[in-house]
Amino acid sequence: MKVLHIASNTFRECVRDKVLYNLVIFAVLIIVSSLILGAITIGDVKQIIINLGLSTISLFGTLIAIFIGIQLVHKEIDKKTVYSLLSKPVARQEFILGKYLGLSMTLAVNVAVMILGVYTAVLYLRHSFQASDVQILLAGVLILIELMLVIAIALLFSTFSTPALSALFAFCLYVIGHFNTDIRQYGVSSDSWVTKVMASAMYYFLPNFGNFDVISRTAHGQFISSDLYLFAAIYGLIYSLGLLLIAMWIFQKRDFK
Amino acid sequence: MPQVVILTHGLSKTYRTGFWKTKPIQALDNLNLEVFENEIFGCLGPNGAGKSTTLKLLMSLIYPTAGRAEILGKSVFNLEARRHIGYLPESPYFYEHLTAEEFLAYYGSLFGYSKSELKSRVDHFLKLTDVFHARKLQLRKFSKGMLQRVGIAQAIINDPKVVFLDEPMSGLDPIGQREVRNLILQLKREGKTIFFSTHILNDVETLCDRIAILNRGKVIGSGTLKELFDQEVSHVEVVISGISAETLRELVGPDVSVSQSGGTSRLELPAQALLAGIVASIEHASGKIIAINPVRQTMEDYFLKLVGRPERRATPRSRN
Repeated sequence: MKVLHIASNTFRECVRDKVLYNLVIFAVLIIVSSLILGAITIGDVKQIIINLGLSTISLFGTLIAIFIGIQLVHKEIDKKTVYSLLSKPVARQEFILGKYLGLSMTLAVNVAVMILGVYTAVLYLRHSFQASDVQILLAGVLILIELMLVIAIALLFSTFSTPALSALFAFCLYVIGHFNTDIRQYGVSSDSWVTKVMASAMYYFLPNFGNFDVISRTAHGQFISSDLYLFAAIYGLIYSLGLLLIAMWIFQKRDFK
Repeated sequence: MPQVVILTHGLSKTYRTGFWKTKPIQALDNLNLEVFENEIFGCLGPNGAGKSTTLKLLMSLIYPTAGRAEILGKSVFNLEARRHIGYLPESPYFYEHLTAEEFLAYYGSLFGYSKSELKSRVDHFLKLTDVFHARKLQLRKFSKGMLQRVGIAQAIINDPKVVFLDEPMSGLDPIGQREVRNLILQLKREGKTIFFSTHILNDVETLCDRIAILNRGKVIGSGTLKELFDQEVSHVEVVISGISAETLRELVGPDVSVSQSGGTSRLELPAQALLAGIVASIEHASGKIIAINPVRQTMEDYFLKLVGRPERRATPRSRN
């Protein structure tokens, strides 16, 4: 229960700090795009709006996950709010988990509202839904799990580093994570065993964001197997849990000077 | 024998600074303290003496390098023990996005109170600390004094047995300071034990049952105020009329300082033993003794004797 109280306070903080204002920008973007695309009769406009919508959800979510995620712990230490909070019967692990869930809740609301916006735009352009449109919802769920992984990365760095460095580390890891498969292939094609080992180690240890990349296929209405969704979801949740455990361990050990 | 509520044994903390964390700084050195039930215990010292470090160690916000600390017979790392303590950090900011009411409800919820109990506790402590009228206002709009009062409210929301206050008077105006002083005395009347750190000497004299004086991480004096400095008479002041200052200086000799204001002269005798001889000389010279005041050492004198002088004597490092 204590975790939920901390999470709901973090959610409230995000809302009052106007984090959800990005929804307004999203709404404007979707409405303007829909109106322009509605006037065009050439090509599959639905494909464009889904691609645009899901990519924007992912981009906005990633920016929020990194820039709010790195502040989650650091702000509490900097403003000394953590001093009084941890003098209550709250374990440091509960604090970390609460902060993580609070920002995850914020992004869940953000993604849910945006997905609703995409569905509305699709309905406006096509006047009906198709069976494959359910994949928009599934893509939204995967984007959320991907964002929860980004939050875990940002939170981990924020337990021991400054916000600027945490943002840099988290962003680098996010970018590298999108080229994970390429790094592996580079290692396979290399003659040097050092390169092979390093590329292989990076592939297995660094987060593979390629697992969550279903936006393009969703937009094209291609069939995506349930195994892929399931694997990506389990991968993202387990990886996030691992990062959270490390973050908790570091936070448990540290002094608040 | 009163119950020991706070106990530290050989408590030490060394910070490591520098890029490679190789330069040690001893923030606290072998602190041995016993604080008894229903006592107001003051931790006194200049800035950087180790007061906040002591409080952070007691709140398990930092880990000791050596030694141990217990509150109510349990290790400070025991979560259950924290159900019975309250803590006000130094210069607290709290959550600016919350109203006073929401803030107290949030902290109270961490103790697992039911909704109705939480509501009644929040209202009670907002009234007790006189911020009930501003309960719907976000904390970012609060003055320093109001924030300090909300800070005290959060520290006692769980009706704790032991309350720790880190510099509770800092930044408050005289009215705010008096309110906090009264609040601390009220907590004592309710049977609580209060441990607070301060560098304001007046707080110590008016509030504390016992004190510990810290300087550079070490305890350099501890006990009741009476034990520490009340016994000593530092000098004797004699007020005289009817004799000019020049004549007095010839009579009393160079060891006694003489000053004159209005129609009276004032002598400062460094030792009581000189008094009889000087009184006789003054009477012999037809002077009139108006008052003889033995001047006891003040808290400030005692504090400066312990911590002030060595630092004042310190000279800047030579450039060579």
